[in-house]
Amino acid sequence: MTESVMIKDAVCSFCGCLCDDINVEVAEGKIQRVRHACRLGSSKIMGHSRMQTPMIRKDGVLQPASFDEAYRRAAEILLAAKKPLLYGWASTSCEAQKKGVLLAEEVGGVIDTTATVCHGPSVIGIEEKGLPGATLGQVKNRADTIVFWGCNPVEAHPRHSLRYSSNSCGRFTEQGRAGRKIVVVDVRETRTAKNADKFVRIDPGCDYEVISALRMLVAGKGDVIVDTVGGALKADLAALAEMLKAARFGAVFFGLGITHSKGRYKNIDNALSLVADLNQHTKFVIMPMRGHYNVGGAGQVLAWSSGYPMSVDYARGAPYFNPGETAACDLLGRADTDAALIVAADPVSNFPRETAAALSKIPVIQIDPYENPTTLLSDVVIPCAIAGVEVEGTAYRMDGLALRLRKMVDSSLPGDEQIIAEIIKNIRELRQKAEGGA
Amino acid sequence: MKMIIKGGIVYDPANGIFGEEMDLCIDQGRVIEQAGGEVIDARGLLVMPGGVDAHSHIAGKKVNTGRIMRPDDSRLGTEPRSGVCRPSTGYTVPNCYAMGYRYARLGYTTAFEAATPILEARHTHEELAEIPIIDKGALTLFGNNWQVMECVRDKDIPKLAAYVAWGLRSARGYGVKIVNPGGGEAWGFGANVKSHRDNVPGFDVTPAEIIRGLAEANEMLRLPHSIHIHFNNLGKPGNYTTALETLELLKDIKPGRMRQVVHVAHMQFSAYGGTSWRDFESKAPAIADYFNTHSHATMDMGQLLFGSATTMTADAPLEYGNARLTHNKWSNHDIELEESSGVVPMIYFRKMLVNAVQWAIGLELALLVRDPWKTLMTTDHPNGSPFVNYPEVITLLMSRAKREAEMATLHEQLPNRTTLPVIEREMDWTEIAIMTRAAPARILGLTDKGHLGVGADGDVSIYSIRPEDVDAARDHALVKKALSSALYTIKGGVVVAKEGRILAAPEGRTYWVDATVPDADHDRLMPEIEDKFAKYYSVQLSNYAVQDAYLPSSRVIRAGLSVEPAKSARTLAEVA
Amino acid sequence: MLATMISGRTLAQGARCESKMAPEFFKAAALCHLSENDIKELNINEGENVLLKSEFGQVVLAAKADSGLPQGMVFIPMGPWANMLVGKDTGGCGTPQFKGVAVDVAATDSPVRSIRDLFSDLGA
Repeated sequence: MTESVMIKDAVCSFCGCLCDDINVEVAEGKIQRVRHACRLGSSKIMGHSRMQTPMIRKDGVLQPASFDEAYRRAAEILLAAKKPLLYGWASTSCEAQKKGVLLAEEVGGVIDTTATVCHGPSVIGIEEKGLPGATLGQVKNRADTIVFWGCNPVEAHPRHSLRYSSNSCGRFTEQGRAGRKIVVVDVRETRTAKNADKFVRIDPGCDYEVISALRMLVAGKGDVIVDTVGGALKADLAALAEMLKAARFGAVFFGLGITHSKGRYKNIDNALSLVADLNQHTKFVIMPMRGHYNVGGAGQVLAWSSGYPMSVDYARGAPYFNPGETAACDLLGRADTDAALIVAADPVSNFPRETAAALSKIPVIQIDPYENPTTLLSDVVIPCAIAGVEVEGTAYRMDGLALRLRKMVDSSLPGDEQIIAEIIKNIRELRQKAEGGA
Repeated sequence: MKMIIKGGIVYDPANGIFGEEMDLCIDQGRVIEQAGGEVIDARGLLVMPGGVDAHSHIAGKKVNTGRIMRPDDSRLGTEPRSGVCRPSTGYTVPNCYAMGYRYARLGYTTAFEAATPILEARHTHEELAEIPIIDKGALTLFGNNWQVMECVRDKDIPKLAAYVAWGLRSARGYGVKIVNPGGGEAWGFGANVKSHRDNVPGFDVTPAEIIRGLAEANEMLRLPHSIHIHFNNLGKPGNYTTALETLELLKDIKPGRMRQVVHVAHMQFSAYGGTSWRDFESKAPAIADYFNTHSHATMDMGQLLFGSATTMTADAPLEYGNARLTHNKWSNHDIELEESSGVVPMIYFRKMLVNAVQWAIGLELALLVRDPWKTLMTTDHPNGSPFVNYPEVITLLMSRAKREAEMATLHEQLPNRTTLPVIEREMDWTEIAIMTRAAPARILGLTDKGHLGVGADGDVSIYSIRPEDVDAARDHALVKKALSSALYTIKGGVVVAKEGRILAAPEGRTYWVDATVPDADHDRLMPEIEDKFAKYYSVQLSNYAVQDAYLPSSRVIRAGLSVEPAKSARTLAEVA
Repeated sequence: MLATMISGRTLAQGARCESKMAPEFFKAAALCHLSENDIKELNINEGENVLLKSEFGQVVLAAKADSGLPQGMVFIPMGPWANMLVGKDTGGCGTPQFKGVAVDVAATDSPVRSIRDLFSDLGA
C-alpha cells in the first residue's frame, strides 16, 4: 500500500515568478495534486502526454531509436556543422545550461536563448543604461505605486500580483492593494488593466514617444509637449507623471508590449532612463517580467561563462556577441547556420514563419519532454526528464534570485544535463577517432 | 604527488624567513619537511607563498550585472579556448574562467569575494564553483539586515550572534561584512545616512550601534576573521573623520582570536579631506597615524589606478552618486530585508586632480603605516582597478623613482593635495610578501595559507626575478614584468601555471564558517526568523539557505562554541 | 479591413503550450480577437473565420469578441498561427517584431489549419 507524500514549498517551473510555495501531493510515483500554483503552474506540474522514445529521421520519417544511437547521431550532426546553433535553454536548469555552453565551445557553435524573441531588447537596453532594480520582496514591502507597462500579468504571471506586487502586503505596505496605486499602460484594455486604478491607452508602436513625454513632464518641461502623444492625452500623461513623482516607492514592470513593438530595445532604453530620472525625485525600480522560469538563469550562466547573456558565437573559439548578427533569428534569417540543437524551446512555433522555415533546411536535434511543431522538423528527437519536476537543478527568478528546483517524482528518462553530457562525450570520441585514435 | 622546489630565495615572513635560500618540499598538497619527487629549479629566484587576495569582487549578482551591462568590457581580454583553458573575456569584469587563470598567472592561489547578501549567496556559490584553480570564500553582508538591526536595537548580542551564525551557515559565508551600515536600509526608500550617529529610518538604531553590535557578536563567536567594514560616507570629501570616529568606536572590543577587531576595506576611499571636490585633499597621514598608534585595526589599500574600472559595491547610494556625477549607465539592486547595491562603470583620468589625489592616497596609506602586517595590497577589484594590475601597485610601493615618474604625468596641483612626493620609503620583498601573502591570511584567519611552514597548503609562487641581484626600486619595469606572469604557480603541490601558460585547472575549495551557538539563543531567534519569512520575504524559509549541491569542494572552519578559547588563538611568529 | 495585429500570451494558451499537438491548444491559440465593432464591420458572427494577410504571410483564424480591444486592432495568442503574419527581420537587434504588424482582415469560409497542417509544406 503506497502512501501519498506531500512535498511542501516546491518551486514552480513555469514562469518567471518562480513561486516557491507550491505543495505537491505524490502517490505511486505520480503527481496527484498541486496546491497554490496558478493554472499555468498546475498544468506544468501535473504534466501532459510525453514523448518516451528517442527518434531519428530515416527516409523522411521519424523512427524509434535508442538513446545511444540518438546521442551519436546528434554528435555527428553537430561535428559536421560549421556553425551550429544551440538554441532554447529557458525552460531547463542552469546545470543543463552550463553543459550547453561547454558544448557550444566544443563545436564552435552559437548559443542563444529564447530571450532573443522575448526580453532580448531589454538586455540590450540594460547594456545601454543599466538596470535600476531590486528583488521582488522590496516591491512587496515598500511599493505604493506600481506601473505595468506592456505586460499582462493576470494572464502571463497570474500570482505575481498576490505574491509580489499589487495585492501583496509587507512591512511598509500593510494595507496591501488598498494602499497602492496601480497603473497600466497598454495598447488594449487587458484583464490586468481592468483591475488598475489608472489605465492609459496608447497607440501601438508609440511607447517611445509616450515615455519621452513622461520624462519631459517628470523633468518639469511639459510645455514642449503637444495635446496628444501616441494616442494618449497630455493631461493624462501629466497626471501620471505627478502620480509617479508623488510615490514613496514606485515600481515599473514591463513586458513584451514594449520589447516586441516598433523601437524594441530603444523602448527599454527609454523606460530605464525614465526610472533613472524618477530616482532624482523619489525611489523607483524597474523590472522585466521574464516569461520562462529560467530564461533569467540562462542569461546569468552565459554571462558568467562568456561575458555575454545571449547570442554568443563561439565559431572563432572566443566568444563574440552581436545581437542583430548572432541571435538565433538573425542566423536563421540569413541561412547562416547549418545545424540546430533545440533544447527546452519550440522555435518552430514561436519564430516568424519564414525564420521557422529555415529550420526545415538544416538538420535539427530536439531535446524536449513534449512533442511540438519543432518535433515535426527534427531529425533527431531526444525525450527528457523535466527539470523542476523530475530533476533537481537551479533556476533564476525574474529579479535574479536563484532557487533550487526540487525533484518530485522519478523518471526513467535522462535529464537535459545528462543528455548534453552524453552528446559531448560522443563528440569527443568521434573527434579522437577522426584524429587517429587516442 | 611529491615536489621539491630547489634553491629559491624564500620570503615566508609568517615563519620568520626573509629572503633565505632554501628548498621547499610538498607532498599530498601540503608543505612537508623533506620530499623527493618532481624537481623545480628555483635557484636564486624569488619564492613566496601563493598570493592571498582578501578583498575582491569576483563572484555573484553584482559581478554578473557588471558583465551583462558591459559587453564593451567583455570584448577586451578575449582569449579562445586552448589547452586546458576555456575561453577568457573581459578586463574589469572577466568571465569566471579568466578570473581563475589570471589570478594563477599572477601567482595568486586564494581570493575572497568581498560581499554577498545571504538571499543571493546561491548565485555567488554558483560562480565561485566556476572559477578554476584558486581557493576562495565569500564574506556575508550583515550591516543593513532587518534581523540584525532589531537585535542591536534590543541590545541582545547573544541573539545577534545566533543570527550571525545562522546567516553564515545559510549563506555558506566566511565572515561578517558591513557596508555603509544603515545607509543600505535607508536607500530602500532612496535615502542614506550622513553619519554613523544618524538614526536608521524605521529601525531605531544608529550605524555605530550596528557596527559595535556586530563586532561584539563576531568576537563572541570567535570567528576566524574580524568584522570587515566599508565605512559610512565612503567616497565623500572630508570622510576621514567618519573613518577615525568609527575606528574609535571599536578600540575597546576584545578580540576572540589573536587578530584585529576590525578590518577596514579599501581604506583609500575613506581617507579624504577637504569639504568638496574643489578643495579635495588626502588625509592619509591622519589615517596612517591612527593605524600606527592603535593595534585593533587593519586595512586594505583599495588602490586606484588610471584607466578603466567598474565600480560595484553594496553602497548603493554611492553608486547612484557616481552615475549622476559621470552621466553613466547605472544598475541598482536592493535586496529585501538585507542590503542594497549598485554597479557603475568608471574611468580614472591622470589629468583629473581628484583621481590623481585618490591614486596618491592609496600609496600614501601603505607607505606611511609602519607595520606592513596592518596594510594589505588591494585595488578593491574592480572598483579601483582590475586585479591584473597588482604588479603595477607593487612596483609603485617598491620604487620611489617609479612614483616620481608617474606623478610627473599627473595634474600639476597634485603636490598641494598629498604628501606622496616627499615620501621616500621603498618597500622591500619582505614587506610585499607580508602585504600580499602573510598578512591577508592572518587577517582572514586562514591558518594554512600565506605561509610555507610545515603543514601549510602547498601554494607557492616562483618569479623570474633574482631578489639578491636586482635593485627593485631602480629596475621596477623588470619587477613588474616578472610579477605579471609567474615562472611557476603551484597550487596544492600541482604546477597550475608556468611562464604565463595554464597547465592545469583543478577545482579550488570554498571556505565557509560553521559557528555553533547555545541552543537557547538559537531557539529565541528562530521564531523571529520564521515570522519574517511568513510576512516579509518573497521566498519560503525552506528554500532560503544554500544547499550542499552548491559546494562541490569546501573547507569548513568551525567557530563559536565548538572552538575553545585556547585553540582559537594561533600562535604565529610575530614579526618585529 | 485594415488593422494592426498584436500577438501575446493568454492564460489558455499558456496552460496548453506544452501540449501543442492537442486539440485544446488549437482552441486556445488559433483565434483572432477583435472588437465588437470590427466583428460587425466584417459582417460575421463570433466563432466564424477570418482571413488575415500581412506583408509576410496569411492565416485563417476563428474570430473571438474582445471588449478590451479598440477598433482596428486584432490580438492573436502567441504561437504558430500568429507567426504566419510576422516577418523575419529583426531590425538589427535580434528580435522580430511580433507586435504592431499591419494586417488586412476579411471574412472567409476557408477552414482554420490544424497545427500539423500549418507545417505540412515544410519538409524536414
